[in-house]
Amino acid sequence: MRLRPIPAVKPRSLEEALRYLEEGGRPLAGGTDLLVAIRKGQEKPELLVYVGELPELRILREGPEGLEIGAALTHAELLVHPATERFPILRAVLRTIGSPAIRAMGTLGGNLVTASPAGDSLVALSLLEARVRLVGPRGERELPIPEFLVGPRKTALERGELVRSVFLPYPEGHPRSFFRKVGRRRALIIAVASLGALVWVRDGRVERARLALGSVAPTVLRPRDVEEALVGRPLAPEAWEDLVPVLSAATQPISDLRATAEYRRKVAGRLLLALAEALQAGP
Amino acid sequence: MRLKFRLNGRPVEVEVPPGRRLLDLLREDLGLIGTKEGCGEGECGACTVLVDGKPRLSCLTLALQVEGKDVLTVEGLAQGGKLHPLQEALVETAGVQCGFCTPGFLMAAYALLLENPNPTREEVRAWLSGNLCRCTGYEQIVDAVLLAARRLREEKGAES
Repeated sequence: MRLRPIPAVKPRSLEEALRYLEEGGRPLAGGTDLLVAIRKGQEKPELLVYVGELPELRILREGPEGLEIGAALTHAELLVHPATERFPILRAVLRTIGSPAIRAMGTLGGNLVTASPAGDSLVALSLLEARVRLVGPRGERELPIPEFLVGPRKTALERGELVRSVFLPYPEGHPRSFFRKVGRRRALIIAVASLGALVWVRDGRVERARLALGSVAPTVLRPRDVEEALVGRPLAPEAWEDLVPVLSAATQPISDLRATAEYRRKVAGRLLLALAEALQAGP
Repeated sequence: MRLKFRLNGRPVEVEVPPGRRLLDLLREDLGLIGTKEGCGEGECGACTVLVDGKPRLSCLTLALQVEGKDVLTVEGLAQGGKLHPLQEALVETAGVQCGFCTPGFLMAAYALLLENPNPTREEVRAWLSGNLCRCTGYEQIVDAVLLAARRLREEKGAES
C-alpha cells in the first residue's frame, strides 16, 4: 500500500518552525512513530514540519548541574556520545530500543511526544527526574516528566509548542543502574512490562531507591511506596519477597494483544526480584 | 521541492513532493528497485538503506529528510561490475533464498562493518535483529557477514 505524500516542510530556523506549528503543523523528527501512525490512519496531520535538523534541537550541553539534550538527537548518537557516560541507566535503556536502524532514526524528543505507555526511554527519563524544556508562541517553559506525560499518548504540549530539549540532572553519588524489559522478541519489542531502577547502596543495604515501571500503567509509573519500603533492606531477593505483591498492586495494566493485565501485574512483581538478584550479584 | 542529494556516490537532483517516502522516490522515481518494501512500518528491515553511513528505513523516511545527504542503496555496493564481499559471501553461504530480504540485510550488515569491522557472531546477530528473513533461517546470513568481515580485514591488511 502506498502512502500519499503528506504536505511537509523543512523550516530553516526554529522561529520558522514555530510559525508552522502555530498554524497546526505537526513536528516530525525521526518519523519512527509518527509516520507509522499516519500509515495506519491513526494520525492525519495536515502538515508535517521537519524539525530533526534544527541546530537548536541538536545541542548537547554539559552544565554544572546536569546535561541538556536536544530533542532531535537520536538514540544512536546519545549511545556513543561521551556526555552520556554519566548516565549509565540512559545508555542501558537506549541500547534495548528498536533495532540499529530505529536507534539511528528515533529521538528522545520524539519518544516524549509519542508518550507511549511502553516508551522505554521514558523509564530512564523518569528515574533521572528529567525536565522537559518546551518552546512555543508564548515563550519557554520547563516541566518535570510526571507533569509532561499526562496519559497514554497524551502530553501537556499546547498547540504550537515544541519539545526543545530534555534536562537531566546529574544523580548524586553513584547509584547502581538496572533495566529489564520483558517482551516477545528481542529486537523491536514493545515491552509487556519493564522495570528500571537507580539504587544507592551503602554497606550492603539499600540506602535509597528509585524505581520506574513501563507498560503497566497509563504512563511510566514510580511506585513510591515500594521505593520507600526498600530503604535499609539487604540486597537479597528473599528479603524483598513481601514487596512483590505491593509492586504488583501499584500497577494499572491493561490487557491487549501482547499480554493480559494479570500477566503484566505478575511480571512487574517478579521484575523486582530480578532487580534484587542483579544487585546481589554485584556491579 | 527541488531535492538535491548524493545517491550511490553521484549527485542527484530531482523534483519530488517533500513528503514522498524515500522508498517510493528510490523505486518509482529513480528506478532503483533493489530496495524492497516489506511491512512498511519499520518492523522488517527490508527497506534499509544507508544515509550518511547510518542505517535508515526508507519506508519511514521522507524525501526532505535526505536533502544534502549521502544515500547508499544496494545498487551502490558492487563496484566496477564486481560484487561487494558481503554479496559474494551471501552467495557462497547460500544466505539467499527468495532474496526479498537480501538488500535490507546487505545494507544493515554494511552499516555494521562500517562501525565494527571485527564483530563477534553474537554482535552480528544482535545487529541484524531488526531484519526479518522468512526463508533461510538466519544462520547462513550470519555466516556470510562473518566471512565477508574476515575477507575485508584481510584485504585491508594486505593493502597496508
